[in-house]
Amino acid sequence: MTEAAVSLSSVVKRFGDVVAVDDVDLEIEDGEFFSLLGPSGCGKTTTLRMIAGLEYPTEGSIRIYGEEMGLRPPNKRPVNTVFQSYALFPHMTVADNIAFGLQMQKVAPAEIVERVANAIDLVRLTGKGDRRPGQLSGGQQQRVALARALVNRPKVLLLDEPLGALDLKLRQAMQLELKDLQARVGITFVYVTHDQEEALTMSDRIGVMSDGRLLQIGRPDHIYEKPANRFVAEFIGETNFIEGTVAGPGVVTLPDGSTVRAGTHSAVGTPVTLTLRPEKILLEAAGTAPGDWNTMEGTVKRRMYYGDSLYYEIDFGYTVVDARQENRPRIQRFSVGDRVTVLFDPAAAEALTE
Amino acid sequence: MTTGRDRSMTTRRLDRILAGHSALVYLFFYLPLAVLVFFSFNDSRFANRWEGFTLDWYRAIPKDQALMNSVKNSLIIALESTAVATVLGTMAALSLERYKKWLGKRTFDALLYLPVIIPDVTMAVMLLIFFTQINQALGLTTIILSHIAFNISFVAIVVRARVSNLDPSLEEAASDLYASRWKSFRKVTLPLILPGVLGGALLALTLSLDDVVITSFVQGPGATPLAVEVFARIKRGVTPIINAVSTLMLVASILLILGSLLIQRRQGSATRGG
Repeated sequence: MTEAAVSLSSVVKRFGDVVAVDDVDLEIEDGEFFSLLGPSGCGKTTTLRMIAGLEYPTEGSIRIYGEEMGLRPPNKRPVNTVFQSYALFPHMTVADNIAFGLQMQKVAPAEIVERVANAIDLVRLTGKGDRRPGQLSGGQQQRVALARALVNRPKVLLLDEPLGALDLKLRQAMQLELKDLQARVGITFVYVTHDQEEALTMSDRIGVMSDGRLLQIGRPDHIYEKPANRFVAEFIGETNFIEGTVAGPGVVTLPDGSTVRAGTHSAVGTPVTLTLRPEKILLEAAGTAPGDWNTMEGTVKRRMYYGDSLYYEIDFGYTVVDARQENRPRIQRFSVGDRVTVLFDPAAAEALTE
Repeated sequence: MTTGRDRSMTTRRLDRILAGHSALVYLFFYLPLAVLVFFSFNDSRFANRWEGFTLDWYRAIPKDQALMNSVKNSLIIALESTAVATVLGTMAALSLERYKKWLGKRTFDALLYLPVIIPDVTMAVMLLIFFTQINQALGLTTIILSHIAFNISFVAIVVRARVSNLDPSLEEAASDLYASRWKSFRKVTLPLILPGVLGGALLALTLSLDDVVITSFVQGPGATPLAVEVFARIKRGVTPIINAVSTLMLVASILLILGSLLIQRRQGSATRGG
């Protein structure tokens, strides 16, 4: 097995009394696109800055390709950063910005010229080398920041919400471009974002953070389908929570006494919360109950039309559940007051204990 | 109800009043200057009656040993105190803006601006007592030290404004791109705050050349700068040579300010990337 690109063990960062990063263990694989995802103030940026050397951990150790970083300053680490504000040097041209890192490393001038030209081509800014950052659009500045970091051929590229300042269309285009770029250069990317969609579409793996703690690490589909706790389930996508109690292996009793089958390994009697995504629910007219799927009888309380889909609020008396129905042909529609059967795969309902 | 025509007439009248007011303000500012310059070319020993055009007073300046000596003193004092105050003031500004917390920072912050606030006379007496206490003979050294003392504050204020507008992530980016602390200062921080530093230096230079109060307290024999020399002579009666010297000082100041504006404009457009 190859050595981890970045490895954090028991990393703690305190600012005075505030614990910004709380005992984080993390291994990022070589060549991986890894995202740290969480709301603002969750410690994701602080974690990134500690890898870059812009902050030092209060406790714990950070290794990059096996090498202990300790109190090594940022200019002596094999990583480069794309800053949220881009942090382009306003008094230098695009080419000078990109050449800066190479000049500081005392690379031969002829090689600098060649590598800078290649980097400018790589980010599709050919011909813009003589411009100053202020003369470029947000998307172009973003690409200069990328080129300025990548030209140094870092072992790890750190990106701090690099698309945050761009508008939606541009952001979506840049997501594809970034993912594509990462595949081409083959460098490990550590990507910090609060945008769950960005993390899901781009990452090989995601680490979800909240209040300084790393709550779950996994592939995007794993994080989405099998969230480890309520926070992860709620932060990524939309979900329904249904309270219940474990009645046996894979069986949960709901407040009305009925039972459903769900993913649980907890002991009998443990109070759990079922998480069930709105799009995992099928709605059928009352009475039909196929296969081993769970069925729950409810009443349509409200219907919302979104064009490509319909949202139903289904009332069960003890709780209300959102169900999403794609607006496909031949789908059966329901009206407010209708009795409906809610159907879902036991694998789609995870029983969470925290 | 006022019609559009009424309103435009009121506006026009208001415009005229404001224009007249501005003219009076400018007259108040610049008439004394014009009189000063005008009489420096007056072919008369007395500064109140026009006798004809002459450059004699300007020709007399180089021959006036005491005056020339005071010009030399002024330049030495201004250049040396400006150089030291600019370096120290810039360091103080960077330290106050850039380094988050150090012991006594807030006290230092408040104390730094004291020389700007306290009256010149107080500062002058204070410095005089200090120099006497440490047995420092009064002369060029004491003047230079005093000028450094008050100029640090002014430089720090000007530079600080510039530093506070600087995105701290620029320095982080520099160090992330393998620049040492010193290199990151030289290549990124300094070029970006340079307009502020030059502006501060220019202010320091002007204040040093101008100062009369503090300088006259801490000066010693043979170390009289121009401003104090001129003031001393006026007490003995105004001669047009003072007008001539003052005119030259005025021209020098204008050139300095124009120069600094040019530098700032070029630097400013560079930082905005325009």
